[in-house]
Amino acid sequence: MKRKNMTGLIVGVVIAGSIIFAADHIDAPAVTGSGSTSLGTDITDLYAFQSPADNSKMVFVIGTQGLLSPTATTNASFPANTLYELNIDNTGDNVEDLVIQCLVQNGKVRAYGPVTPGMPGLTSTIKADAVMTEAMVTAKGSNAVIGTGSNGVRVFAGPRDDPFFFDIARYAEIIAGTESSFRMPGMDSFAGTNIMAIAVEVPKSLLGSSDNISVWAESKTK
Amino acid sequence: MNTKNILTGVLIASLSIAFISCDKNDDDATDNFDTSGTYTQVDQKARPGVATVFIGANRKNEFNTTTPSMMSASFKTDIASKLTAFGYTQNALGQNTDQFASLLATDVLNVKLTGTTTFFDGTNVLTGRALADDVIDTELLLIFGGPTGASNPGLTSDNVDANDKAFMNSFPFLASPH
Repeated sequence: MKRKNMTGLIVGVVIAGSIIFAADHIDAPAVTGSGSTSLGTDITDLYAFQSPADNSKMVFVIGTQGLLSPTATTNASFPANTLYELNIDNTGDNVEDLVIQCLVQNGKVRAYGPVTPGMPGLTSTIKADAVMTEAMVTAKGSNAVIGTGSNGVRVFAGPRDDPFFFDIARYAEIIAGTESSFRMPGMDSFAGTNIMAIAVEVPKSLLGSSDNISVWAESKTK
Repeated sequence: MNTKNILTGVLIASLSIAFISCDKNDDDATDNFDTSGTYTQVDQKARPGVATVFIGANRKNEFNTTTPSMMSASFKTDIASKLTAFGYTQNALGQNTDQFASLLATDVLNVKLTGTTTFFDGTNVLTGRALADDVIDTELLLIFGGPTGASNPGLTSDNVDANDKAFMNSFPFLASPH
């Protein structure tokens, strides 16, 4: 198939369906729609990787509130009514066997777990009797504040550079049919923007005995 | 945040004080931390871009509130249709439309607890997602690159290969904000 035809197909599909705004960012209309007061619950990205500094540990990062300008970042905060929950399946059925529940209140972040959830699925209660790790939320311009729990978990919360990179502007032009290919060099549409990030480092020994896990992030409100 | 709080936080970090919750409700009077109530899901995320590229605006909220174990049944058909509309037949992993749609529909990050963790590094595939991974190029290649990855060369890389700031070499690894 000629590329021109391909582009036409893409345009047709996208116009008929979704309008793409940004790769992972702001694609939860329920929380980012017009007049929303709960932008802080929008998850931009999830990262899961072995600590480059310690191969006995895994690091999970939840990005929220994407596309923050430096000025907007100064005033950004995590909503107090929101649970940021890391879900971990270690039995291969895509149902969470462990959760790490993160709350941010009174300028502090707390991470409970990893712990077996009270119930899997779309509603959660806090496992407040689980081992808890706490840190002050790091302010913009301050060095990263890290809390360490008795189980070896470490936690961080605060504004960070958005690690995501993508020439979403050019992609949008391709989708719109005004361009037929990416440009060289591309331009990172996320350069210079920040997210509100929660990072949790977990000893692998707390994640079960399977070599393969599946991970996803959820935001839940009350 | 005032200076005192910052200093307190630094002390917490440097002394590695472990905070263990003993009270079941954990809202002791000193910090008034509220752990009560039932939380209901509003957003969900794992692989980058899946919801944005493949899920129509009319089903995004549904996608964000469907548990992963139910996602394939609910969304595989939509994703397969979109792949077909993109001209997709097979990707460089050898997956046909049905197989690739099935993988994409269950929106979880597959992670290995031993060895390299990466979305794709030329050798390892879907063993995690590291901060520096060029996930968009990987996805463009798998969607538009055809069986050999050589199809549609103008659409298989956005030519942005790295973040705009260097990552830290210690936890939390993320770069400081702009």
